[in-house]
Amino acid sequence: MKLSYYPGCSLEGTALDYDHSVREVCLTLDIELIDIPDWNCCGASSAHMTDHEVGMRLPIRNLLLARELGHNILVPCAACFQRLKAADRALRADPLRWDVQEYAPDYEIIHITRFLAGEDILQTIHSAITRSLDDLPLACYYGCLSLRNPHITGAPNWEMPDTLERIVTALGARPVDWSHRTECCSGSLTMARPDITEKLVGDIAVAARRAGAQALVTDCPMCQANVESRQVCKIEGEVCLPVFFATELIVAAISGHYPESQQKTHLISPEILRGTLAENATVKEESL
Amino acid sequence: MDKTVISPKTRNRKFLHKLEMRNVDVHACYQCGRCSAGCPIGDYFDMSVMQAVRLAAYGQEEKLLQSDIIWLCAACETCATRCPNNIDIPGLMDVLRELAVRKGVPADQQRVPAFHKSFLGSIRRWGRAWEVGLIAGYKLRSKDYLGDMGLGMQMLLKGKLKLSPHAIKGKTEIKDIFSGKGKEYDR
Repeated sequence: MKLSYYPGCSLEGTALDYDHSVREVCLTLDIELIDIPDWNCCGASSAHMTDHEVGMRLPIRNLLLARELGHNILVPCAACFQRLKAADRALRADPLRWDVQEYAPDYEIIHITRFLAGEDILQTIHSAITRSLDDLPLACYYGCLSLRNPHITGAPNWEMPDTLERIVTALGARPVDWSHRTECCSGSLTMARPDITEKLVGDIAVAARRAGAQALVTDCPMCQANVESRQVCKIEGEVCLPVFFATELIVAAISGHYPESQQKTHLISPEILRGTLAENATVKEESL
Repeated sequence: MDKTVISPKTRNRKFLHKLEMRNVDVHACYQCGRCSAGCPIGDYFDMSVMQAVRLAAYGQEEKLLQSDIIWLCAACETCATRCPNNIDIPGLMDVLRELAVRKGVPADQQRVPAFHKSFLGSIRRWGRAWEVGLIAGYKLRSKDYLGDMGLGMQMLLKGKLKLSPHAIKGKTEIKDIFSGKGKEYDR
């Protein structure tokens, strides 16, 4: 299978390791990723928040480049996904408004988690794992932009999604039931108002811990950086929770290794995953 | 908020027209309050989300442009998703921020627009957001020189920050976008 790939700016910087794990997972699944040539930033929140025209035209340029390739477009970043979907919708409704003669491509813009949680792909992943994650209790954290607004994202269960849960279950981990799966971590305010972000991230971490989770799993590069960097553990003996990318866990379970270079990318110690893999040398036969 | 006087004389029709153009139907609000109840940042605002929608319906642009709410809203879309009347409240916030920037209305929360400006500056220049450059730009604009120094160093040491930017080939297209392409017809 061939897919066009839009990594987005975070995956070249703070979430470079996310990019690596996405590519590795796709390699295992025999999916060829073709980077959209000369792609530009989608504008993220800053563009649509302060300049509608710029906020639409930046992702539109990417769509027109992707149209040349023709394949479905795989997007790992939640913000990029939402911006590309919004632009796609506007462009289909009224291309001339955006100075495009016609626009009716038959490709789809696909968010990574919904893609990986498809039944066939999950089955392939499940049969490829060499080390089960051994009932590791994980809080699946979706955040905002891969789900909301469902008019734009097309997410079927925006209040009660289960795609991340399905993925980590296939890896042998145990998703916990918890309250803050789709709460905002206020990524766009993290630099300007770290006090607000610390409060929101704190609430998310407290909720995850209350449910018994030992780590969080996400698919959003802003959430990952934000929830690790703004988590403050003030109470003595309280352990901060690392935030893993779903693809990072898939790579670890398939390869059976969690290399030091990958451990180092975390701002909060990911010891729990290293420990789990070290302890659990055999595949656990579990049905999906 | 309790002493707000609203009169048809102060209703800004151009503002209401702009909302209509963007399909933000603030008049559909019947004040159920679900938007305010679910807002993750509502505690920090100087008015509730529902009040902002109501003020917008009354055309009270000026009050809204001076409010914290437009800069502290994180565009998480929770309110819009739960609104029984499908009012695009984040779309309202987008319109308000855009007007505040165009009109140069000074923000109490000046660090937030300083961040957006730095982020967009990076895209305008390179075609992609380059974190190191935008952080530097933000520090200069916001005068927040010392905040997050430790975190920045940590990220740098962990190789999470790209040291040099990547300039895309289509930079002139990006420049066109930023120089107001499409706005020729007063959008």
